[in-house]
Amino acid sequence: MKLSRMLLPWAGGLTLLLGIAGLWFALFDSPPDYQQGETVRIMYVHVPAAWMSLFCYVVMAISAGVGLIWKHPVADVAAKGSAPIGAAFTIVTLISGAFWGKPMWGKWWVWDARLTAELVLLFLYLGYIALIHAFDDPKRGLKAGAVLALVGLINVPIIKFSVDWWTTMHQPASVVKMGGPAIDASMMVPLLLMAFAFKAYYIYVLLLRMRAEVTAGKVRALRLRQAHGAV
Amino acid sequence: MQGSIGEWLDMGGYAAYVWPVYGIAFAVLIGAFIHSLRSLRGEEAALDNLLRTIQLEREPDGEA
Repeated sequence: MKLSRMLLPWAGGLTLLLGIAGLWFALFDSPPDYQQGETVRIMYVHVPAAWMSLFCYVVMAISAGVGLIWKHPVADVAAKGSAPIGAAFTIVTLISGAFWGKPMWGKWWVWDARLTAELVLLFLYLGYIALIHAFDDPKRGLKAGAVLALVGLINVPIIKFSVDWWTTMHQPASVVKMGGPAIDASMMVPLLLMAFAFKAYYIYVLLLRMRAEVTAGKVRALRLRQAHGAV
Repeated sequence: MQGSIGEWLDMGGYAAYVWPVYGIAFAVLIGAFIHSLRSLRGEEAALDNLLRTIQLEREPDGEA
């Protein structure tokens, strides 16, 4: 709690600063793409959101796994807090992808490997959120959710490598690849700034959610003691 | 940046695709932030209330 109090203003400040700088470069100070024209600006939202949709899932699944195996309460709180943020990033990824697909591919949606796997990712997030709230005993819910989150982890490499494994409309990786990124610095700057802004946002909102959850735990414990006449 | 504000807003004819993406992303992320902040405030208020009632219940006995 003390650590979160110390980190909160930093994460919030960084989100704002990086977000404003990222938006500046993304919308003003970067060139249109020679093939995709101005629609390339959709990339500065779409790609960082897609990275975060995977990152949040991995954090959520690992935290849930740590909570399941070592029964660490903070791990459960981190997993629970990550899920809705990851789901939000997944929704942004899917919607921004549709708005990019329509002008470039002529379609809002195609049932292609990567798009379908990203949709499955959204259902995994929603399934996890539904499961952890589905039981009267929150511990049982967290256990069931952790199992789902860990099984769903298989989807993460499927999304990452889907563009290499299957024939697809989706363009392959251009940043994280062998032989260095195939993207010009003028586009790399806004992309990375937005990526770090999203990451700072995630840390900020995760800390808020974790504090809310810890406080809710205290309220539950006090009510229980009160009901048993112990206080 | 080149050209006028009108040209910039037009996004090379792709305004109908570029701007909604930024708008929706902003709305979703701000929405998630506000929801999280509200739940934190709500839980903190609930905890405060609870602690206050406990305090009030204790005081007549002179325990507090």
